[in-house]
Amino acid sequence: MTHEHYRAIRTRRHFLDTCAAGLGTVGLAHLLAADGASAAASPDPLVPRQPHFAPAAKNLIFLFMAGAPSQLDLFDPKPGLRKWHGEPLPPSMTKDMKLAFIKPTAKVLASPREFSRCGQSGIEISDYMPHLQTVADDVCLIRSMRTDQVNHHPGQSMFMSGSPLVGRPTLGAWLAYGLGSESRNLPGFVVLTSGRGASGGSSNFSSGFLPSTYAGVPFRKSGDPVLYLSNPPGVSRDSQRLSLDTLRRLNEQNLERTGDREIAARIASYELAFRLQASAPGLLDFSDEAPATLDAYGVESEPTSAYGANCLMARRMVERGVRVVMLVHASWDDHTNLDEGLKKNCDMTDKPVAALLGDLKRRGLLAETLVVWGGEFGRTSLGQLKHVGDKVGRDHHPNGYSLWMAGGGVRGGQVLGKTDELGLNVAEDPVHVHDLQATILHLMGLDHERLTYRHMGRDFRLTDVSGQVVRTLLA
Amino acid sequence: MDNIGMSGRIGVLGIVLAALPCGARAEVSFADDIEPLLHRSCVACHGEAIQQSGLRLDGRDSALKGGDSGPIINPGKPDSSTLVHRLEGREGLVRMPPAAPLSEQEIELFRTWIRDGAAWDSSADNPGAGHWSFQPIKRPAVPEVRDQAWTRNPVDAFVLARLEREGIAPAPEAEPSVLMRRAFLDLTGLPPDRPDTQSPADYEGLVDRLLRSDQFGERWAALWLDQVRYADSDGYEKDTVRPHAWRYRHWVIEALNRDMPFDRFTIEQLAGDLLPGATTEQRVATGFYRNTLKNREGGVNVEEFRFEEVADRANTVATVWLGLSMECARCHDHKYDPVTQKDYYRLFAFFNELDEVDIDAPLGGELGPYLRARPAFDRDLQAIYAEYEVRELQRPWTEKMLWAGENPGVEHEWDTSWDILALYLDDGQRILRTPVERRDWREDLALTEWFLRNYSRVTSDEDYDATGFREAVKEVHALIEALPDVSRARAVQVDARPVASHVHPSGAWDDLGDAIAPGTPAVLAPLDSPGPAPTRLDLARWLVSPDNPLTARVVVNRIWQAYFGTGLAANTDNLGMRGEAPSHPALLDWLASELIDAGWSLKHVHRLIATSATYRQSSQWREDLAERDPGNRLLARQARLRLPAESLRDASLAVAGLLDRRVGGPSVRPHQPAGVAELGYANSVEWSESAGSDRYRRGLYIHFQRTTPYPFLANFDLEERNVTMCSRERSNTPLQALNLLNDPVFFEMAQGLAFRVLSETPGRSFEERLDRAYRICLAREPRPSERSAMRDYYVRQRTLLEEDEDAARTWFPLDSGSAGWPDDRTALAAWVGLSRILLNLDEFITRE
Repeated sequence: MTHEHYRAIRTRRHFLDTCAAGLGTVGLAHLLAADGASAAASPDPLVPRQPHFAPAAKNLIFLFMAGAPSQLDLFDPKPGLRKWHGEPLPPSMTKDMKLAFIKPTAKVLASPREFSRCGQSGIEISDYMPHLQTVADDVCLIRSMRTDQVNHHPGQSMFMSGSPLVGRPTLGAWLAYGLGSESRNLPGFVVLTSGRGASGGSSNFSSGFLPSTYAGVPFRKSGDPVLYLSNPPGVSRDSQRLSLDTLRRLNEQNLERTGDREIAARIASYELAFRLQASAPGLLDFSDEAPATLDAYGVESEPTSAYGANCLMARRMVERGVRVVMLVHASWDDHTNLDEGLKKNCDMTDKPVAALLGDLKRRGLLAETLVVWGGEFGRTSLGQLKHVGDKVGRDHHPNGYSLWMAGGGVRGGQVLGKTDELGLNVAEDPVHVHDLQATILHLMGLDHERLTYRHMGRDFRLTDVSGQVVRTLLA
Repeated sequence: MDNIGMSGRIGVLGIVLAALPCGARAEVSFADDIEPLLHRSCVACHGEAIQQSGLRLDGRDSALKGGDSGPIINPGKPDSSTLVHRLEGREGLVRMPPAAPLSEQEIELFRTWIRDGAAWDSSADNPGAGHWSFQPIKRPAVPEVRDQAWTRNPVDAFVLARLEREGIAPAPEAEPSVLMRRAFLDLTGLPPDRPDTQSPADYEGLVDRLLRSDQFGERWAALWLDQVRYADSDGYEKDTVRPHAWRYRHWVIEALNRDMPFDRFTIEQLAGDLLPGATTEQRVATGFYRNTLKNREGGVNVEEFRFEEVADRANTVATVWLGLSMECARCHDHKYDPVTQKDYYRLFAFFNELDEVDIDAPLGGELGPYLRARPAFDRDLQAIYAEYEVRELQRPWTEKMLWAGENPGVEHEWDTSWDILALYLDDGQRILRTPVERRDWREDLALTEWFLRNYSRVTSDEDYDATGFREAVKEVHALIEALPDVSRARAVQVDARPVASHVHPSGAWDDLGDAIAPGTPAVLAPLDSPGPAPTRLDLARWLVSPDNPLTARVVVNRIWQAYFGTGLAANTDNLGMRGEAPSHPALLDWLASELIDAGWSLKHVHRLIATSATYRQSSQWREDLAERDPGNRLLARQARLRLPAESLRDASLAVAGLLDRRVGGPSVRPHQPAGVAELGYANSVEWSESAGSDRYRRGLYIHFQRTTPYPFLANFDLEERNVTMCSRERSNTPLQALNLLNDPVFFEMAQGLAFRVLSETPGRSFEERLDRAYRICLAREPRPSERSAMRDYYVRQRTLLEEDEDAARTWFPLDSGSAGWPDDRTALAAWVGLSRILLNLDEFITRE
C-alpha cells in the first residue's frame, strides 16, 4: 500500500465492510445505498489488503530474543577459539571490533558447549537446545547476520524499525499497515512478553509515525489481557450490551443529523470492542487444548510455563487470523555468568519453541506462518569480567551473529552464511538486518521498496535506503 | 481530423481539471507542479549521477538541450515534444518512467506546461528557489466579494471569494449551543464551564474572555509540547525520569497566557542564555533544547549520542520554525528542497556548542524557606561525611578514576566506573575533574552521592560493607528529602571547551569532512550578524525577522490546522516542495502578515480566526459537496473533529465535577493499570500514583514516560514524543472504545457526573435531571428521540440491576438520605450508567 492509497482510505468516509457485516440499521443501510457500488475501500484501517504479490506466508510469529543470545554457545561452533582460550588476540585481528564494555585486549573465551549435527541436514546446534535439535530440519539457520549497532536500545531499534533512532514504525506495524489483518475480533499485531523487559521497551512494537492503529497491542500476563478489556466492577455483560445498544441508538441519530460518517466508524469500533471482550478471554482459556499439547509446550511445568503459554497463545492467535504475533523474551544479555544465564533462558524457551514448530506443522499452519528466532546482535569471542570475582561472560558483537527462520516460504534444513574461524566477522554471505527485514516483507508478499509512508515530506521504508531479499533462504 | 483531435483533447483537459484536487489551478506552475514530478520520477536516471541516453532533467539548460536523440521539449507544442510521447508511451516508444508511469493527470500537467511555453522558473544551480514558501510574504489585498454581509473580518473575504468563484455558498452558522461549545473547546480545551451558561449574544466578548483565561495557555501549550517533543523522561533503554522537565512546560503555559510575542517566544527558547543579563525565566526557556532524548545505556559511545542530540536539535528547529525537513540533508544534499548538506551542518553548528546545565528556578514563595533551611542542611551533610569518612575515601577514588580515564584498558572495573559516570550522572566526568572547592554544591553532592553508591564497583563486597556507605546513602537521601527545596530547571549554556563543527559526508558521527561555521540555508535570506561569526542569538533573530518568509507562514498554518482540522497548507510539518500547496495562498500570507504586523501576537491571530464567519459555520456534512470537495479544502463548512487526548480527558473530568484547575507545576501520575510500567526495561520505570486531587489534573500535566506512555494518551494518538510532531492523527479504534467504557478512571468520571447531576437537581423529575445532564455535557437540551432512548435505557437498566443489589451499590455507593435524590438504589445506579453513555457519545468526544 502506498501512502496515497492509505490517505484515500482514510478520507473515504463511507464505512462498508464492518457496517454491512455487523450493523443492519436503517440509517446505515441508507448510507450504503447512497454510496453505491463504487466505494470499494473501507475506512477500517485493518481491513485485509492485497499484498504486492502472492505471499509465501500469511502470518508472522517473531520470537524476539532481546539482549543478544550468544551465537557462539548456541548456533555457531568455533573450535578455532580453543587454541587462543585465555589469551588476548593480536591487535591486527581485533581492529574492526565494535565493543560496548570490554577493550580489545580482553581474553578469548572458547565455548564449553557441545554441538551435535542434527537431523537429515546435519545442522550443528548446541547441547543447551536439545529440543530445537529435534526440529533442525525445519530451520534455516543464518550464521552471517550483521548490524550497525553495538548497544541494546539502538540495536533493537535497528532490528525492529530499521533505524537506530527511535520514532520509526516497527516491522509488525509495517505489516499491519501493509496487509491489514484477517481477524475481525482481535488486533492485527499482538505482543506477548516474558522475562524482565527488553531495552527497547514499547518502542520495539511502536507504530512510530504510522497511525497508532498499527502499533503492537501487548497482551498482558496478569489482569486484563488487553487493557480495559473487562467491564468495570459490577457491570454485567447484559448491562454492557444495553449500554452499547443505547449508545448506538444515540450515535445513529447523530449520524442522521450531521451526516458525518466518521460516526459510523465510531459505532463499528464500539461493536468491535464488544466482540473483542468476548473473544480475547477465550484465547487465554486453554481448556480446549489436549493435555499432550499443554505438555509439549510445557505450559504447566517450570521453567517453561511462561514462555510455553506465550508460544501456545501465538499459535491460537495465528489460527484466528492475527497477522503478527511478537514474543519478546528478555534478557539474554550475559555480560557475566554466561553459562548459567544462557542455560536458564534456554531451559525456559527451548522446549516451547520446538513444540510451537511441531504443533504448527501438525496443523498445517507452518506452511503459511513464518517463524523468526533471533536478537538484535550477538556476543564476542572475547570474555568479559565485569567485577572482581565475577564469572565470565561475553560483550556485545554486531559483526557476525546467528538467527533462524522457519515456516512459510523458508527452505528449512539449511545453513546460510559463515563467520570466520574465530567468529569475529562474517566470512560468507553477509545478511544485514535490513536484508532480513526485506526478506521477511518479501515472504509476506510485500516489496520493501514499495511499502512506504510519507512523513515530513519523505517516503519512509522499513529498510531505510538499503536491504536486499536473501533469495537463497527461500523455498 | 484536426477538429476531432482538438475537441477530444479539450474534453480530456476538462475532465482532468474537474478532478484536480482543490487548490490546483488551471495554469501550471513549474515549481509547484512540474519540478516535483521531475524529481520524483525522472532525475534518478536523468540527473546529476546518471544521464541515461545523455539526458539530464534537473536543470533548465540541459533539459532544453535534450539527450542523444535531440531536444525533447518543444515549447508551445506538446504534441511534437518527445517528452510527452515518452510519458504517454506512444506507439513504438518505451513508456517513461518504465517502472511507474505517470498518471493521466500528471501527463496532462506536462502538456499544459509545454503548451504555455515550458517556463523553467528556477535555475539549475538552485532548483526549487522559486517555490512558493521561499518567496517573501507580501500582504495581499483583501478580495472583493459579492455577499459582503456574510463576512465578519478579512479572513472571510478570502474564503468567500474562492467559494463565489466556485459557485458554492458557505454553510449557515452553527447553532448557538454548538458554536459556544466549539469556542470553549478550541480556545481552552474544556467544555462550557457552567451548565446554565446561555449561548452569549456577545460571541466576540466570549472569545475575548476565553483568550484571557488561564486555560487558554494550557490548551495551546499541549500543541507546542508536541512540536518540541516534551517528555518527563530521557527515552532509550533506562528512560530515566527528568524531575525538573516540567519547569519548561510551566514557562510555555505562562508565556502563551501572557501572549508573549512569538518573536520573543522564539528568541528566549533558542537563545535565552545569550541575552544580555539573561533572567532566570529566559534561561528556563532554553529548556527547549533539553527535550531531546538522552541515551544512558551502559557501553554507548558518549560522543556518538551527543552528535545525535545536536542533530535532533537541528532537525527540530528546522521543522518547528521553518517547516522544512532538513534531516534529509544530513547524509546528502536534499533531494527535493533546495537545501544542501552544507546548509544542514551550518545549522547543526549553531547547536554544537550547547552544554547542559540544571539551574535553580524558584517559583513564588519557594526561596525563603529554602534559604532558612540551608545552613542546618549543610551542617548535617558535613556531619554525615565526617561520620562515614566519606572524603577520606573519596579523595583516592577520585585520583584513581581520573587515572583510569587517562589509561583505558588497564583495570577493567575502573574503566567501567569511569565510563558509566558519564552516562548516569549528567556531566559526571566534568564534575570529577573540577576540584572539590570549586564545585557547585549541588554538583558536588550529586557526585558524592554517586560515589557512595558506586564505590562498590571497585571494591570487594566485604570492603564495601565495612564502609557503611549503604547507610550513609540513606541518611543523605533523607536529608535531601527534608530540605524545602526550590524548583529547578533544565537549561543550556555555551560549552567552555570550544567544539569544532564539520560536515559529516555520510551523516555518521565519526565521519568528519570539511570544517564548517554556523550559518543559515543559502536559499533563504542571508543572516546578518554583528560579530565575526553568527551566534545562536543571531539565528533566533533571523528566524523571526521580516526577511524570513517561512516562520510566520508555518505558525499561522498550524494554528489554522487546530481550528479546522487541516492546515491551509495541508502538510503542516513541511512547506517545502514535497508539501501540498496551500488551498488559500493569499489567506495564508495575509494571516502571516497580520501576525507580524500585530507584533507577533498569537492571540491576535486566534481572535481573527475564532471570530470569523468561516469558523462559525455549521460542521454539518454537505452532500452537495460530497463529490466536489470531500476533504473540505474550500472551507464551505466547519469540520467535526474528535477531541485530542488531553481535551477528551479534561472535558470528561470537567463535566464530572472532578477537574482540578490549578495551572502549571510538576507532572502528575493518575491511576494506571498494573503491568503498564513493567513494559519498560528491567523494571526501570516506576509509576507511583499521585495522591489527592493531583489525579484530576488536566491531561497535559500527566507524567510523560517515553518508553511506557500513559495508555489513555497513547490510545488517543499521543503515543510518542520522540521526534517533533506537528499534527496528530485522529484515529478511531476499538481500544479507544474499551478505554472510555472500562477504564476505572473514566468509570469514576461517570460516577462523578451522576453525583453532580443528582446533587444539582434535588427532588426533580427524571426529565429535568436529563435536561441538566445534557446541558452539562453538551450545552443543550436533549431532543425528543434522545429523551426516549435515554428513558428506555433508564428503565431497562434498573430492571437489570434489580437482580443484583451488590452491583447497584458498586455503581453508586452513596445512599440518598436527605439529599433529595431518588430513593431507589437502582435509580441511583442507573444514573451512573446513563452518565457513562453520555461520556461515550460521539457528540461528547467530538468538537462539532
